[in-house]
Amino acid sequence: MTESKTYSFFLGCVMPNRFPNIEASIRLVLPKLGIELEDLEGASCCPAPGVIRSFSEPTWLALASRNLALAETAGHDLLTGCNGCYGTFRETLSEIHEHPERLKEVQDVFKGMGLKFQGKVEAKHLIEVIYELDPEDIKKHITKSLEGIKVGVHYGCHLLKPSKNRPWKQTQRHTFLDELVELTGATSTKYKDKFLCCGAGGGVRGSQVAVSVDIAKEKLDNMIEAGVDCIVNVCSFCHLQYEASQVQLNKELGEKKYQIPVLYFTQLLGLAMGLDPIELGLGVHMINTQPLLDKILGN
Amino acid sequence: MTDRISRETIYDEAIDPDFIDTIVDAGADRIRTCIQCGTCSSVCPSGRRTAFRTRELMRKALLGLKDEVLSSPDLWLCATCLTCLERCPRQIKVTDAIIIMRNMAVAEGYMLPQHRKSSKKLLETGHAVPIDDANRAKRKNLGLKEIPPTTHSNEKALHDVQKIMERTGFKKLIEEEKEEE
Repeated sequence: MTESKTYSFFLGCVMPNRFPNIEASIRLVLPKLGIELEDLEGASCCPAPGVIRSFSEPTWLALASRNLALAETAGHDLLTGCNGCYGTFRETLSEIHEHPERLKEVQDVFKGMGLKFQGKVEAKHLIEVIYELDPEDIKKHITKSLEGIKVGVHYGCHLLKPSKNRPWKQTQRHTFLDELVELTGATSTKYKDKFLCCGAGGGVRGSQVAVSVDIAKEKLDNMIEAGVDCIVNVCSFCHLQYEASQVQLNKELGEKKYQIPVLYFTQLLGLAMGLDPIELGLGVHMINTQPLLDKILGN
Repeated sequence: MTDRISRETIYDEAIDPDFIDTIVDAGADRIRTCIQCGTCSSVCPSGRRTAFRTRELMRKALLGLKDEVLSSPDLWLCATCLTCLERCPRQIKVTDAIIIMRNMAVAEGYMLPQHRKSSKKLLETGHAVPIDDANRAKRKNLGLKEIPPTTHSNEKALHDVQKIMERTGFKKLIEEEKEEE
């Protein structure tokens, strides 16, 4: 077994305040894989890379730097489970590394607040850390094979792009998340436009909800056509988008056409590890997960 | 059949020659190399279902049509998926250019009411999406801390975050409503 490593767990907004079930599954599953989490006390909104950054870039940079500074002081790398937060931290670090005057600008904003920041901390997505583990070690934890389950894998955008500032070997047609999903015994099912955006980001969900939901609908239709049993994502905002959009689409249609359970990756992995679905937060989804659980647990 | 194509004249007054310089200086340094190939529009998920055309936005920016660009609600249809930035054959940071123009729009007072609302929540709580009663209960039932260990449960932290937003001018920017709303 590899040695365990501690990270400063950055929650963001959507995960703790709208989908605490995702948070619960992360806190349950990661330590079992040797990834220890320490709360990043007093953290704020990341802030959102397409929203707050669109309104005031200097504010975005300063608040992101504050969150990174908290982790730097704690002495751990920052770990996030949201693609948006991940994008914010990766882009903030690259901005201050490439333009030292921006670090100085942030330090000036911090004056007299007791915040120390040198930009020496790293920000990681939890899926990156899980992918760094030996797959054989992960397999040892799997007690319940998810064989026969067809998964629609959704990567999201900010996890992968801009590719120049991301750790992945490839710039497109990624497979790392599919590989991790398939460790559980499930099948990652091919579907059209797999790498298309969920439609939530950039302030579009907030201000132009019809356009936003229509983008999600396109992906949902493609996944229905491919016959998936569930969607697996690694972003709290994509997760919100797929859960909430299905509810809204059903309401507009007057029929329950959209019923694909939406699982965060650690919920799927937790099921394969034989963990309790309720503890994994699967009982409080907007789209009922019971049909999937029945299929997995053979009830 | 009559000729239905009407003339569209771009008057000198509509052109601000400094507009593109500002965008370049803020980081979209290769925007002048745009060849109007349309790759950006062809990969845009918003463009698939709306009249939003990234290529058109880039061209208008290059022409210096500042007021037209900044006042257009289309500027807010980009979901920041970054696909155009990845695929641009001229390596233009298209998404960055859009974000730069959005910053300029907000500075001019063009901000959508929903965006102002989220910004106010950030100012008040440190979260653009703050906790509510239903989710406090959900957290408790899941065995999590009822209030997350963020600015929600730390007054000093919230104070720091608010101070930062005051110093960067965000508080003034959001609270001082110009022509919008």
